Amino acid sequence: MLRTVLIGDTQADRVVPPSGFTAQLTLFASGAMAFLAVFALALSLASGRLADRWASELARSATLRITAPEDQVAAQTEVALRILRQTPGVARARALSKQEQAALLAPWFGPGLDLDALPVPQLIEVTEDEQGYDAAGLRLRLAAEVPGAVLDDHTRWRKPLVDAANSLRRLGWISILLIGGAMAAMITLAANAALAANAQVIEVLRLVGAHDSYIAGAFVRRFTLRAFIGAGIGVALGLAGVLLLPEASDEGGFLTGLGFRGLSWLWPLLIPLLGGAVAFAATWLAARRRLKELS
Amino acid sequence: MIELDDVGYSYGGGELLSHVSIRLAPGSFHFLTGPSGAGKTTLLKLCYGALTPTSGVVRAFEDDLRGLDRGQTALLRRRMGVVHQDCRFLDHLPLADNIALPLIVSGRDMAQESDNLKELMGWVGLTARADARPPELSGGERQRAALARAVILSPDVVLADEPTGNVDWEMSMRLLTLLVELNKMGKTVLIASHDLSLIRAAKSQVQARVLRISNRQLQLAGADL
Repeated sequence: MLRTVLIGDTQADRVVPPSGFTAQLTLFASGAMAFLAVFALALSLASGRLADRWASELARSATLRITAPEDQVAAQTEVALRILRQTPGVARARALSKQEQAALLAPWFGPGLDLDALPVPQLIEVTEDEQGYDAAGLRLRLAAEVPGAVLDDHTRWRKPLVDAANSLRRLGWISILLIGGAMAAMITLAANAALAANAQVIEVLRLVGAHDSYIAGAFVRRFTLRAFIGAGIGVALGLAGVLLLPEASDEGGFLTGLGFRGLSWLWPLLIPLLGGAVAFAATWLAARRRLKELS
Repeated sequence: MIELDDVGYSYGGGELLSHVSIRLAPGSFHFLTGPSGAGKTTLLKLCYGALTPTSGVVRAFEDDLRGLDRGQTALLRRRMGVVHQDCRFLDHLPLADNIALPLIVSGRDMAQESDNLKELMGWVGLTARADARPPELSGGERQRAALARAVILSPDVVLADEPTGNVDWEMSMRLLTLLVELNKMGKTVLIASHDLSLIRAAKSQVQARVLRISNRQLQLAGADL
């Protein structure tokens, strides 16, 4: 059957009358669904990338904050750095300079912030190695030797962020499944309408000895090709829309990263094939069911 | 060839045919007559498997039609040419394609069949109308086209339901002559008709048995026919 659809049968295609409205309906429905599927796919892939990045980047970094009287900050920082260098699993520990800390606060206080005028704690950036460190053990040691130190390994806010990104990824895939289901439903309705409108044609074909597969094939071929072409147009428009989105940037955050990267540009090309497959299955089932109702 | 054995058919709670038995031998010519609504069309549909009897057995070419799947039924219909009372066509196709429809659906090479198609269209006098669409045809042309479509695969049996129903006497005679010619070629012919004058005219051309449906049963018609 699939071979017949791909190769085609011009004689069989001619026996089914052209159906303008259902043709346009199928073309439009599959095009619109494919357009939406491109964005759902882009959202899902972007969420996946974000979840992976957050999970890997944040999992490997921590911040040590030292809040102490001004005359003790430097000494406690020195002790903390020594402890961190001695701690297994810590790849690197570095105290942020005043300029770096000012840059971090710039979004809230504006540029040119004088940190000397503010009681800002000293921050130490901690990067762990592949094995990771014992956070509980490190906290105990810091509490004993650096009383003003607070270790923040980002667990508190990292997990909800990664969970949210993963949820977005799942929602993207669920949307694609729902789009596929909606497309199948619409094509089934259009196929049923075409089959009902052509009841006399089917009756004549059966009278002259046409097999069910021959009759169903003519309808299936027509709807599969329409869905494929419609989905192809929808994907082309969807990709154009994705291309018009702003380039990814740190300033833009998640929204500007909503697109495809590298080989993931190939994923949308599967949508017309899947659209054709959905149309094939939906029309085939509708045609078989309808033909069985006829004597 | 076609055999109905004690066949009954009920429709909508009422019994339309009861204990009908008939055997259409190869090369035979039968008329089926009876008043309108007596069950002539139903009996024809039982013969080609469009209806399933509520009792009894219908056999065609030795096969019990109850045992045939849909694919086998389709193949059976290629061995039977059916002329419907209302001559249904595919209105979007030209007449030549409509007549060639059995060839198309059976996957024949149309290039090889074009001579046969032209010859057949000439035989029914429709060569000049090859490109016309069915809605443009007169009643007589539709009847002839339906007959041509029914015989294009050279079936063993021709079943015709009121083939002269919508045409004048002269056209009726032309169609009857075509059916008689088919019978002389060895085809089995069963014609359902309520037109007794047509039946009388046919009996002068061919040895035909006339069957009448009366009170749900099938009887051999008397000498009045």
